[in-house]
Amino acid sequence: MSVHEQFAEDLALYALDALQGAERTNLEQHLESCSSCRRELEDLRGDMALLALSAAGPHPPQRSRERLMKAVAEDKEAGASSSIVPASSDDSRSSSGWFGGWFGRIGWASAVAAIIVGAAWVNNTQRKNDALQQEIASVRAKANEDSAELQRVRAEFNALTGPGSQQVTLVAATQKPQPQGKALYVESSGKLLFIASNMPALPEDRAYELWILPVEGKPVPAGVFRPDNRGSGVVVNPPIPPGTRAKGFAITVEAKTGSPAPTTTPTMVGMGI
Amino acid sequence: MADAPIQNSTARDAPGGEASDLSLVAGVRARDERAMASLYDRYSSLVYAVALRVLGDTGQAEDVLQEIFMQLWKSPSAFDSARGSMGAWLSVIARNRSIDALRKRRPETDIEDVVLSVEPNFADAADRGRALSLVRGALAAMPQAQRSALELAFFEGLTHTEIASKTGEALGTIKTRIRAGLSALRKAVNPGSAVRT
Repeated sequence: MSVHEQFAEDLALYALDALQGAERTNLEQHLESCSSCRRELEDLRGDMALLALSAAGPHPPQRSRERLMKAVAEDKEAGASSSIVPASSDDSRSSSGWFGGWFGRIGWASAVAAIIVGAAWVNNTQRKNDALQQEIASVRAKANEDSAELQRVRAEFNALTGPGSQQVTLVAATQKPQPQGKALYVESSGKLLFIASNMPALPEDRAYELWILPVEGKPVPAGVFRPDNRGSGVVVNPPIPPGTRAKGFAITVEAKTGSPAPTTTPTMVGMGI
Repeated sequence: MADAPIQNSTARDAPGGEASDLSLVAGVRARDERAMASLYDRYSSLVYAVALRVLGDTGQAEDVLQEIFMQLWKSPSAFDSARGSMGAWLSVIARNRSIDALRKRRPETDIEDVVLSVEPNFADAADRGRALSLVRGALAAMPQAQRSALELAFFEGLTHTEIASKTGEALGTIKTRIRAGLSALRKAVNPGSAVRT
């Protein structure tokens, strides 16, 4: 079977997505019923690939590979792919391919009807997936920023609390150094940094637990720490329920792994202004 | 090796004992990051070069590269052997996505709509190099106006009316040049082939 000559030139433009208007519409209608033109379209796209080959030369920078593999690892870890791409989509096509599988089973006319209905569903689903993916990308970008910031804070903290650092608390000349804690908390972002000093040593199986005293409700656990040999400790961005509004903070002594609720009387308390 | 016939190697293992495209895609479906890395190493230069040629900006080209391979990671079944050579398939998708980016529009072509047929298979670097040489030779041998029409349509994403307006040529002339240009590429790489009429 030969291609209809009147569509031959339009097919090349169509393959390049360079055909518009009524000519495009007419060709698409013709393609629905002409297998020869569909095969020629596949060949023309192959010709496009040859043209694409002519661009060969530049190589992507190494950072592109690292960026991709990082994203792949994160996606794998998050299992995001399984929620975005239904498992059935992998299994719905036979190994003989989309055309062979569908058209072989239900025939061309039925397939066209199925495609029209399916295309609307797919487009709608695709739009939702696009929106979800954009949202995921945005959240990931934010998480990466937070992670980088956390690493920076940790690095600075470690540098300032390492073996070579001097840690001195100035108090009234007649007073012994007292346990102190400083909490920095931003409700909107849930970021929390708590730094303690001069904390008494604890038995091996005990730890200090930080609590947010919310405006309403029971104390919210905000991380555990054990002081180092100089009495210093830190809690950085513990998991906190979103929107937790703090009126103050407290420290109790708990089991080493922490407790969901305070079991001892607070040793330190601070109320916000 | 340079004189060896160009073959379709989609289903067979690549030279040097490397895994075939299909076995790597199967690996990606099994969430194997190493399979994904192998596909990237095999085709990233091809995708990136197309994107860079269209977009003229390394940052945007890297974004297209990332988008395409992440899409492959998330939907590996979008590709199967019925869609043609993976390298050719990726290069056409790279071109389409880059044109979308150039025009700042949402992707218009679903990757699952791209079905193509081409020889050689792009998995083998030697075959690819030989095809590249033939394609560049064919482009160099084309009349300037024909090569220009082809490249304006492919690398700049212009419609035939836009090309006609830009070059001052008749619409019919542009159509003929583009079709003849693609036909010349096919014949250069596969001398026995012919555009169906």
